[in-house]
Amino acid sequence: MTTYTLPNKKGHFGMFGGRFVPETLMKAVLELEQAYDNAKKDASFQAEIDRLLKEYVGRETPLYFAENLSRHAGGANIYLKREDLNHTGAHKINNAIGQALLAVRMGKKKIVAETGAGQHGVATATVCALLNLDCIIFMGEEDIKRQALNVFRMELLGAKVVSVTAGSATLKDAVNEALRYWVANVDDTHYLLGSVMGPHPFPTIVRDFQSVIGKETKEQFQLRNSSLPDAVVACIGGGSNAMGMFYPFIEDEEVSLYGVEAAGQGVDTDYHAASLTKGKPGVLHGALMYLLQNDDGQIQEAHSISAGLDYPGVGPEHSHLKEVGRAKYFSITDEEALDSFQLLSRLEGIIPALESAHAIAYAVKLASEMKYSENIVVCLSGRGDKDVDAVKARLKGGEGK
Amino acid sequence: MNRLEQSFKLLNENNAKAFVPYMMAGDGGLACLVERLVLLEKFGAAAIEVGVPFSDPVADGPTIQSAGIRALENRTTLKGIITELAKAREVVTIPIILMTYLNPIYAYGIDDFARDIQIAGVDGCIIPDLPLEEEDIIAPQLADAQVELIRLVTPATPLERIKEIAGRGKGFLYAVTVKGITGTRNLFDNDLNEFLKAVKMLSPIPVLAGFGISNEDQIKELTKNCDGVVVGSKIVELFEKDKLFEMEKLMSVFKQEAKIV
Repeated sequence: MTTYTLPNKKGHFGMFGGRFVPETLMKAVLELEQAYDNAKKDASFQAEIDRLLKEYVGRETPLYFAENLSRHAGGANIYLKREDLNHTGAHKINNAIGQALLAVRMGKKKIVAETGAGQHGVATATVCALLNLDCIIFMGEEDIKRQALNVFRMELLGAKVVSVTAGSATLKDAVNEALRYWVANVDDTHYLLGSVMGPHPFPTIVRDFQSVIGKETKEQFQLRNSSLPDAVVACIGGGSNAMGMFYPFIEDEEVSLYGVEAAGQGVDTDYHAASLTKGKPGVLHGALMYLLQNDDGQIQEAHSISAGLDYPGVGPEHSHLKEVGRAKYFSITDEEALDSFQLLSRLEGIIPALESAHAIAYAVKLASEMKYSENIVVCLSGRGDKDVDAVKARLKGGEGK
Repeated sequence: MNRLEQSFKLLNENNAKAFVPYMMAGDGGLACLVERLVLLEKFGAAAIEVGVPFSDPVADGPTIQSAGIRALENRTTLKGIITELAKAREVVTIPIILMTYLNPIYAYGIDDFARDIQIAGVDGCIIPDLPLEEEDIIAPQLADAQVELIRLVTPATPLERIKEIAGRGKGFLYAVTVKGITGTRNLFDNDLNEFLKAVKMLSPIPVLAGFGISNEDQIKELTKNCDGVVVGSKIVELFEKDKLFEMEKLMSVFKQEAKIV
């Protein structure tokens, strides 16, 4: 077993990561690193997170053996880590709670965040309501249209949602605008970044707060089977639920780690979000990571039926895990995800988020190639209520053709 | 002594301040780049910052963002810009400084970039998303190519850090005047003069103020405590609206001052 200690002091995961931000943000980024290092050593900080995760979020989430889905796949046993059962319906709240408590600890009263599908925005607005923090959320105009209900939810929770019309008007542009806002309001504002991306220490902070997923999974699986799973599977946009699931297993080399990107209409078309499969290393939003870009280094738009995977980059730690081969990354198309969305609903009575449906689709393929005695855990990162309108429109539209 | 050092030495000997305009390469088409550089030199620029368009310019406000989008719509590439700058070097005598986010350089190849801009006669390079902590990724290659890496300090930079950053450079130090992004502003923080005084005191190299500077009054006020100004969004706007007379007037701010004296 090798000991895994990344990132290094500069926030690098191998060649990836780092702090590629304007000088205006360096003080804030360095302060955040310091504050987080101190908080980690403070038992009362961790105790407060644990209390809120238990009493407010509803952790621990169950590890569920999906017998019907396993039988359908015809191979390995498939378990689901039920992050969809968290308060607000996804894993995003794990990180939002941790970072908001960190902001309070740093004396910051205002929170800015970006959101794609709206799940991180809702989680952030929720925690800000709980902790009485001002909350401003940047969201692409396209996503606001796609996820109108989540916009209303955020407003109901007291957040101000700002529409971003620049660029492709999706998650990437919302991050740009949130960063610009942070540059101008850095004294009293914490940027509550929602994924394992951005400048150091964000990828580490988000990973650590999300690693409750993998930690619980490991304990629950061991309690039940007195062993470790053979594989874990998670979907990847920026990569936070996957990193939270993978991290506690990184040193257990007998556990295979599989990340599932969005192939959109196919990785050989211009309409996908498969940064690790089709991208090249580059620098965006503060980190060196795999990016969808053209030959001139201009960032390309990502495409996926799932707004949460619609991002042209992928966290630096995933970029590193791909580079060293510790994790393997595959992609699933819109069509395959839609099929799995319906499959899981029918077989298990669980409507998954479209993001998570990508992980389900890959897990079913993988299970069919594995032995009956082997076990896979899939991170079911969120519930699908937010997607039923979009899926309905797509399926009914399909029937009309 | 390189072109940048010579320019500042000359300004210093004449007790003059530097007006450094910023323009977005490819805004209006790459074909007019050389012509515009010649014009800016004629209007009295001490040096020129040439912006490279990027899809995700997080340090820039709406004016420069829009100019970048227009430039990208004109299919402007870093390679194309470097080719034009090589042509410009035959007719432009003042220093040329390339301002680009890191990713276009990374995609170009850092070694190739350093070599090619040296051949094209570029004197300096400003990379707004490259703080001190990460500059090893390119600083050695730029040093080998004798291209100055121009570093930035901001009102959010602690004094110790200002000292460290200032001590590394040779060309000039870029003092960002606001905690914020580029773009014209009417008001500045009251502490700005104090900030510039502190930077000037800590910096062994010339200090130029930039971000949000758009009129003569601001320029006169700011240059009491530094060696010159960088004017970006305003110049970009005047090029776009084709208000060249107004540009010439703005850029002659230091000449007018000299006449009054």
